[in-house]
Amino acid sequence: MFTPKQCFIFMLSMFSAVVHAELEQEIQGPKLGKPASEEVIKAWDSSIFPDGKGLPVGKGTVAEGKVLFKAQCAICHGPAGVGGTAEELSGGEQGLTGEYPDKTIGTYWLYATTLFDFIKRGMPLMAPGSLSNDQTYALTAYLLHINEILPADAIMSNENLFQVEMPNREGMIWIYPALKEEPNPVSGN
Amino acid sequence: MTKKSTETTAPKNRSTTNKTVGVNDINNNDLSSTEILPVAGGGILDRRLFLKRSLIFTTATLITESSVEAAAEGISPTNSGQSPSMLKPGNTFSNYGLPSPYESQTIRWVSANAMADGNGVSWCPLHELEGIITPNGLHYERHHNGVPDIDPANHQLLIHGLVERPLTFSIDDLKRYPMESRICFVECGGNSNAGWNKRPVQAAAGHIHGLVSCSEWTGVPLSILLHEAGIRPNASWLIAEAADGVAMNISIPVEKAMDDAILALYQNGERIRPENGYPLRLLLPGWEGVTNVKWLRRLQLTDQPVMSRNETAKYTELMPSGKSRQFTFEMEAKSLITSPCAGQEMHGAGYYQITGLAWSGKGKITKVEVSADGGKTWADSELQEPVLSKSFTRFRIPWKWDGSLAVIKSRATDETGYVQPERDVLVKERGRHGYFHYNAIVSWEIAAEGYVSYVYA
Repeated sequence: MFTPKQCFIFMLSMFSAVVHAELEQEIQGPKLGKPASEEVIKAWDSSIFPDGKGLPVGKGTVAEGKVLFKAQCAICHGPAGVGGTAEELSGGEQGLTGEYPDKTIGTYWLYATTLFDFIKRGMPLMAPGSLSNDQTYALTAYLLHINEILPADAIMSNENLFQVEMPNREGMIWIYPALKEEPNPVSGN
Repeated sequence: MTKKSTETTAPKNRSTTNKTVGVNDINNNDLSSTEILPVAGGGILDRRLFLKRSLIFTTATLITESSVEAAAEGISPTNSGQSPSMLKPGNTFSNYGLPSPYESQTIRWVSANAMADGNGVSWCPLHELEGIITPNGLHYERHHNGVPDIDPANHQLLIHGLVERPLTFSIDDLKRYPMESRICFVECGGNSNAGWNKRPVQAAAGHIHGLVSCSEWTGVPLSILLHEAGIRPNASWLIAEAADGVAMNISIPVEKAMDDAILALYQNGERIRPENGYPLRLLLPGWEGVTNVKWLRRLQLTDQPVMSRNETAKYTELMPSGKSRQFTFEMEAKSLITSPCAGQEMHGAGYYQITGLAWSGKGKITKVEVSADGGKTWADSELQEPVLSKSFTRFRIPWKWDGSLAVIKSRATDETGYVQPERDVLVKERGRHGYFHYNAIVSWEIAAEGYVSYVYA
């Protein structure tokens, strides 16, 4: 028979073995998450990917974008995207390797989808979310035009925006070590 | 009290009136009888001197605009030897305490866009602080379109994408989960970026290097919720999105999310302040600030990064080759002397304590060396406990300033063996147009007159 003390030690060791096994699996929460319906996910999911996944249906022209830009964007970004208090959007003449590199949409941005996404999310800063999808396509088309990526008669839509070839498309080197084991799935580098 | 600057670069010191902060009596006479030999050039003394002797040190004075009256009123004892404060009842209790009115100069320095005042930064006054914990009201800020007003009763977190079970969580739900606390720094990827300029800017230390702060963060390990949702094998990225006025979004490798990410609800014991992400912030210890998404509302598991503006056009570092570094994430080891430093003044030759902060996004700080001769010789400083992974570490070392021109600097080493680089080494490797991730050694020049300025040395 065991003494009470031996019993206690035995029970303690069993207890700690159980606790240890629990910890080795995973920390369990109370599982309070509520299932998210398709409708909720669709309403919330605003991600737009470089391959065009997530682009909403719509279209807009360079000419429409020019009018919108003058009315809603030029006050901060300057006429034609240069010379305002906010980010310089075009006019990149120095390239990326000179003494004063120009990191504009035309010289530095990787994907045209990013442009649509960023405008749609937060622009103009005083009324984020106020631009329609068509207006956002139009502004995107205009900005790509003043960066000499699209002609003046271009129309951008969910069908062709992701196909726009940006000049700095291959300009990045992925640094985080865990990402280096596999090739960059987007650029193939 | 709100003070703002619309300058796009760090503002200059705002006044030249002096106030002595935390100064003890200079007591050089006690030292003259004993011989204290320096351990490095420029008068650096053995770090253990603090422990061995009851030396009394001075600190540099902070250059501030207020509190001259404090000196005039505060220290006139009555005939009975009692201070005026002892002769009347004090102020009553307060529901939420505030700093002493005599500390009104210890504020964040705001630098916002003139046309959109919620877009910009505010700098943490590192040159006014001690220890390793940043008071909540002084934690640096970087907002892309202001601080949103969020009622936690109406806030939800959605986890979806490549998961078995898409789920939503209320804040009340999350408060019932197992939590953990950890002390760690958060640093903006653009902190110290004036260092890339050809000439050093002149501003108080915190207004150049203060886009970094350190808090105790408490919340739910993200891995618990990801297990609950069930990550699919092909999920390699997680896109985090904020409920602010730009719906700020950024991609994070799932590996990090499962490692040490926390859904933080508390900061230094109280609920996170609005400007730091109330009611919910994604905390990624050691990773650049922009990935520590505030006002978190959505986590989407994917097989590719979303390539948002803030991981492509911004927070990437252009190099001389024309290629850029992307997904740099980890903040590399850095240190900074916070006294004496720019924004402060010396008051005469003699004994001082050099102190500062060191941190690394890769782990613990193992060593901080200090030089008082522009980097010719170095001595190990004393690391104040606790020394924690991915946290501020406070270092200190005694110094006898001979009153002549001196350049002081600090150099951090972390547990991976990484050593903080000199500026010329960093610039040679990365050029001057990377904008982000500037972590070079910081040099302060102390003029014979006692002024401290930022120099490249």
